[in-house]
Amino acid sequence: MLLLTCPYCGVEAEETEFLGAGQAHLKRHMDGSTDGEFTAYLFERKNPKGIVFERWRHVYGCGKWFHAARCAVTLEVFGTYSAQTFEPPKDIIAKIKAKRPEWEAKP
Amino acid sequence: MSDLMSFSEIDGSGAVLIAAQRRVAMVTLKTDLSNKITRAAIKKLLGTTVPAQRKIANGVAWMAPDELLIMVPEGSTPEAQIEQLNANIKAPMLAVDVSDARAVFTLKGNNAREVLAKGAPIDLSADAFAQGDFRRTRLGQVAVAFWMEADDEITLICFASLRQFMFDWLVNAAQKGSLPAYLNR
Ligand SMILES: [Zn+2]
Repeated sequence: MLLLTCPYCGVEAEETEFLGAGQAHLKRHMDGSTDGEFTAYLFERKNPKGIVFERWRHVYGCGKWFHAARCAVTLEVFGTYSAQTFEPPKDIIAKIKAKRPEWEAKP
Repeated sequence: MSDLMSFSEIDGSGAVLIAAQRRVAMVTLKTDLSNKITRAAIKKLLGTTVPAQRKIANGVAWMAPDELLIMVPEGSTPEAQIEQLNANIKAPMLAVDVSDARAVFTLKGNNAREVLAKGAPIDLSADAFAQGDFRRTRLGQVAVAFWMEADDEITLICFASLRQFMFDWLVNAAQKGSLPAYLNR
């Protein structure tokens, strides 16, 4: 079972109360981008066996969007954080590195 | 529990009484609730402080960091409340009459918690959910919010379009002999 804490409600809730919306921190390639960049923005997603950064929405609760950092294999959650950011907060990166020294944040 | 006239449909055949309330006047307020001036204005207007996260007090419920659900007190109307909110909150805000958008139910009985526990993915024990708490979650597949009116009474709201489905769901979940009487031990 995957338990996430909504940073807006402060409540730890079960996965089915949320809507998962895939990979977070995408760069929106828009006007002026190459075809390759635009294709990648629209269609290409990472699917790592390990640490993932995702967008989630507390759809049955407060309705807010937020981000979550978790392990796709063990379902361990390293933290949830505000949607109003372009990259994961430093404390969450530090937490992941402490627990998974072999993990490297890729751009 | 309000008097019987305030219900449009009642089912007492189960272990917990299920009743659908007639139209309940309520207003949704969207505005930044961390704004101190706004908080002071709301307190002055509603006679109660902005409820804390996931709490309900004096008919005002915390829906989100920028949303309150205000039960319109007797003697007032949604129109009057909205006018007052518009006049007194200076920050960007929106107040809407949602009375017709919502269905409201009363669950009454010692095992009322267990009726909800059948469909909501949350801890409904008395330690985890008590009077004053307000929870938005799902019941089966329906988005709901509920709170404890008393130790043996729950008020639940959902969208009006699901009124009959929700009523039937609750009656079914409250059937005699189907509640383990575990949560109220
Ligand atoms: Zn939430």
